[in-house]
Amino acid sequence: MSDSSDYGIPEPEGASDIIETDYEIGQDNVETKIGPIRLDFHNPVFLITGALVLVFVAIALIWPTGARDAFMAMRTFVLTQFDWFFLMSANLFVIFALVLIVTPWGSVRLGGSDATPDYSYPAWFAMLFAAGMGIGLMFFGVLEPVYYFGTPWGDQPLGGDLGIVDGEVADAATVEAARQMAMAATIFHWGLHPWAIYAIVALALALFSYNKGLPLTLRSAFYPLLGERVWGFWGNAIDTVAAFATLFGLATSLGLGATQVASGLTEVFGSGDAEAGTRNFLGFLWGNAAENTAGIQNSSMLLALIIAFITAIALVSVIRGLDGGVKILSEINMGFAGLLLAFVFLSGPTVAILGNFVSGLGAYAREIVPLSNPFGREDTSFLHGWTTFYWAWWISWSPFVGMFIARVSRGRTVREFITCVLLIPSLVCIFWMATFGGTAITQVVEGATESGVFQNVIASYKPEISLFAMLGELPLAAITSTLAVVLVIIFFVTSSDSGSLVIDTITAGGKVDAPVSQRIFWCIFEGAVAAVLLLGAAGTAGLDSLQAMVISTGLFFTVVLLVMCFSIFRGLMTERQNT
Amino acid sequence: MFKRIMVPVDLAHSDKQQRALQCGADIAKLYGAPVVYVGVTAETPGSLGHNPAEYNERLTAFAAAQGESNGIDTSAKTELSHDPTSDLDDILLRAIDDTGADLVVMASHIPGLTDYIWPSNGGKVAAHAKVSVMVVRD
Repeated sequence: MSDSSDYGIPEPEGASDIIETDYEIGQDNVETKIGPIRLDFHNPVFLITGALVLVFVAIALIWPTGARDAFMAMRTFVLTQFDWFFLMSANLFVIFALVLIVTPWGSVRLGGSDATPDYSYPAWFAMLFAAGMGIGLMFFGVLEPVYYFGTPWGDQPLGGDLGIVDGEVADAATVEAARQMAMAATIFHWGLHPWAIYAIVALALALFSYNKGLPLTLRSAFYPLLGERVWGFWGNAIDTVAAFATLFGLATSLGLGATQVASGLTEVFGSGDAEAGTRNFLGFLWGNAAENTAGIQNSSMLLALIIAFITAIALVSVIRGLDGGVKILSEINMGFAGLLLAFVFLSGPTVAILGNFVSGLGAYAREIVPLSNPFGREDTSFLHGWTTFYWAWWISWSPFVGMFIARVSRGRTVREFITCVLLIPSLVCIFWMATFGGTAITQVVEGATESGVFQNVIASYKPEISLFAMLGELPLAAITSTLAVVLVIIFFVTSSDSGSLVIDTITAGGKVDAPVSQRIFWCIFEGAVAAVLLLGAAGTAGLDSLQAMVISTGLFFTVVLLVMCFSIFRGLMTERQNT
Repeated sequence: MFKRIMVPVDLAHSDKQQRALQCGADIAKLYGAPVVYVGVTAETPGSLGHNPAEYNERLTAFAAAQGESNGIDTSAKTELSHDPTSDLDDILLRAIDDTGADLVVMASHIPGLTDYIWPSNGGKVAAHAKVSVMVVRD
């Protein structure tokens, strides 16, 4: 900035409460040019994040089992020792978000009193949903309710009675009770709590960026607590951990998700898992194939191709940008998801699904207090294996989703924002779970050990097959399973592209107009990390260990989120006073 | 010959665009045409202002300073973008229509190998604009 720096920062027009700081966005950035590639990144956040990623990938590759044991032990320690902390914090976030809706602070508008929304409701909703949890709905929609309904491993919610024991369906009353408890627990994990977690992060970032004029990055939400120190060590630490957790969260999900896509392709078109030495993809022999069997087989080549394919689409999307890529893909995605939902709803047991939705909501309301209370619980294997795992997962994922939601939410009032980020997605998730889970439970009750869902969830635990097993018993299975595979792929792309934008913005010190080469770098880096971990280490050991580490960062971010609640409170208070 | 000249300007790097700025001003003087300086900004806070209003004030001041030192008639136009990195070309093309300019003078780097796959902003605008575009190499 040469000639415009003399003009100083003029007073803003419209009502918003700018925080006066001498910090200038981008002042710590390194601007340079390597050959034709222009760079503009935050020093040291960009470099330390990149270096840390490489170090951890190296550790996971060199000592795959050692790293897995260490990180798994860390994960277990965090989830069992701090269960009360996760549960109580998540409860606090829900209450805080609900309180914001009814208080006068709800009328504060993000972006100043005269701001108008950037995106229409459908586009906004599609983007926050597709980035936030779309992929989980595909993976857990069938798996989780059925698991709680009939788990033989003793980790059913609140230790209730099971609907099916040793392949024998229980009496009608027990089945109904087990069904309701299964739905209540699933809804609990996908309803208000995760969306409250996302809403808190998104609101804090949007408020401090659009209304207070600070850069769009995590550290800005700490300004009320740390003051000018957020531009130094602590701010760098927060942003680095956020970028790091986002990258590994995305890379590990991409890697594990590729195995789901591969299983789906194999299930629908193929002939089962390949024996070593008989690998084959779309009819092309790969490796020293001894015999050529028709169709797709599950092989490391297939996994690599899937990751490359997802990364390539995500790359096109990030280059085309927020409006030309991410938004369009999210809308396509929601269209397909709606189609699949409508199909399962209509071709499945429609009346039972509706009943499930209503009774599930009722059971959720009834059981939410016992489920969210961490003290004096008998069902610790459910509490630690599922609830605290989910809370840590949502929270470690929240910097990414929250920042992306903030990016597309300017112009909404706080009340509108919380309603649309908390209540509506919760209802959609509940309906989705009622449809997919309800259909699957009905299949288990009717078919018992004959049903594909029972065989793949309870008889032998193959979570990635569960959705396809459910679709397999409905009409037009070939078409719907293909649609499901396509959906899983697009959901990954929509997480991957929005994630790359978020990491790029964080590592550019809050600049949203950093050179396009940087977002290309992060997008490819993420796919490369996933591919290297999947192919380089023994099986999924590398991915499992790093995912365990990402989940452990949930503890750190829980503290971050608690501070954000305080910052939102302070920020909205001064916003109301000063405008 | 030209009635209105549009000069896209990157406020953060205007020192690197001196040749294009001077060229635009000289042509404006020659034909007695007004110059409109177009800047693109995101709605998030950036190094040039906390919000688009602040950015606009800076751009307006920049245009006034250019007008004074060159003795030409100038104005400023701020265009908003959700994602300036990706949308710049399209926004500049739209701005040509909005401003009614019949000549665009803009800076661009010397094309290299990558420009075959990935044209520069100047290259893209020149390829798609319906009015005359003068691309000034830096």
